[in-house]
Amino acid sequence: MEAVAIEFRDVVKSFAKQDGGRQIVLDHVSFTIPVGKTTVIAGGSGQGKSVLLKLILGLMPVDSGRILVAGEDVTGVRGRQLERLRIRFGVLFQGSALFDSLTVYENVALPLRERSTKSEAEIREQVMASLAQLELNGHEEKFPAQLSGGMRKRVGLARAMQLKPEIMLFDEPTTGLDPVMTQEIYDLFARTQEQVGYTAVIVSHDIPKVFNLADQVIVLNNGKIDIFDSPEAMQWSREPHIVDFVENTMGKIYQSHLVE
Amino acid sequence: MQRNRVAKLGETVLYIVQDIGRMGLYLWLACKGAFSRPFRFAEFMRQMHFIGSGSVMVIFFTAASTGMVLGLQGYYSLNKFGAEGMLGSAVALTLIMELGPVLTAIMVAGRAGSAMCAELGIMRISEQIDALECMAVDPFRYLITPKFLAALVSIPLLTALFDVVGIAGGYVAGVHLMGVNPGSYLEGMKSSVTNHDIWLGTVKSFVFALLVVWISTGRGYFVYQIRGAGFGAQSVSRVTTQAVVFSSISVLVFDYLLTAILL
Repeated sequence: MEAVAIEFRDVVKSFAKQDGGRQIVLDHVSFTIPVGKTTVIAGGSGQGKSVLLKLILGLMPVDSGRILVAGEDVTGVRGRQLERLRIRFGVLFQGSALFDSLTVYENVALPLRERSTKSEAEIREQVMASLAQLELNGHEEKFPAQLSGGMRKRVGLARAMQLKPEIMLFDEPTTGLDPVMTQEIYDLFARTQEQVGYTAVIVSHDIPKVFNLADQVIVLNNGKIDIFDSPEAMQWSREPHIVDFVENTMGKIYQSHLVE
Repeated sequence: MQRNRVAKLGETVLYIVQDIGRMGLYLWLACKGAFSRPFRFAEFMRQMHFIGSGSVMVIFFTAASTGMVLGLQGYYSLNKFGAEGMLGSAVALTLIMELGPVLTAIMVAGRAGSAMCAELGIMRISEQIDALECMAVDPFRYLITPKFLAALVSIPLLTALFDVVGIAGGYVAGVHLMGVNPGSYLEGMKSSVTNHDIWLGTVKSFVFALLVVWISTGRGYFVYQIRGAGFGAQSVSRVTTQAVVFSSISVLVFDYLLTAILL
């Protein structure tokens, strides 16, 4: 049996609406994410994909249900326990979330300065190695505003990986990037995952490209899990809603890629 | 119709209670951050520079013009009773107990408070604060507490500067322009200003500093929870306006309360 990195058990999350009612974003959602594999969470806008990541990180509470990380129930944890949980994760945000007032070097060094006991010399060595690995050398003294979208993503990725996380969460990692840069970012994921061996959870609607990386796919629709399967199995499924999804999203490009 | 009104009133009351609770918890966490280690001394100094040194010119010109106006107005009023010798005393007491702490706090709210609010609001909407939390870095210790401590140190110092410059401005207007005797201006001030008056002004400046930094940073930090703020850049601009208005009003309200209690 595969080791489980993250497990959702019957999780419900809703938000208050302007009219006083509640909008259910996740409706009794259950799934597991295996260790060392890549899980892609897809679905249209407003289907609760990013909310799901925030729930995992304890940035917002669940209404009901449980979330387990490596078998440990982390639902509603606080204080030091929450800190210990978060230290296991690396997060690449949709807009990179780099600190505008810090240079590239300072951004990448921040988690090490704040959360490790390394000396400044050791931090410098590690940060410079990471920047070189992500082809960012020569840019360490620049500020985020001076970088292109793709470079910002790479800096965000370098920062997220500094504390050697067990699990990496990617929130719409290629939004706003051109096709060439998108492919570059996905190649980077594949490369870094191979090197570091982290469990990856990618929230994206960049289908079919992101599906090439996936070991399993979760499609959210109206608060429920519509599809939960491997891309290959989805490809050959005869279930009408999966056939529809494959035809409408991956289409022939992905099919031909698989056949090749 | 009637039910709608009751529902809206209930919603408003709930929102106010929630907001007070949220801001109370925020103040507690900001204070707690002062005892968390490592203390960010460099950030504290950067904030001191921004709030304190950066406000010196604004405070200088506001104080000078306020002091000079007080000198002229005071002379005009006191002259009617033949008491222009009391001008130094009137100017000094007004500045030390009232105008110094109030105007300094309001000027800092407008200059540094609005900037702190916008900075935190932008950090919130661009997920920079979420990023800090995800790295298990306490955003209070990292971002908020240095601002609180810097405001609590620099605003009383700016108030002292305001008092000195204002008194000097009153001297220039009263003595050099209106011909009041310099000895009586200075002697009147020395004889009427007591330690209690200075203490009252100092207490006020600390309380106002806390109000300004608490409200300004709190509005920015909670940009998404503020009712009617909207989303994105618009929400930041709205909470920034709210921060300056609320800070200024609370300074004026607390000025009355503190005067009534401590005078």
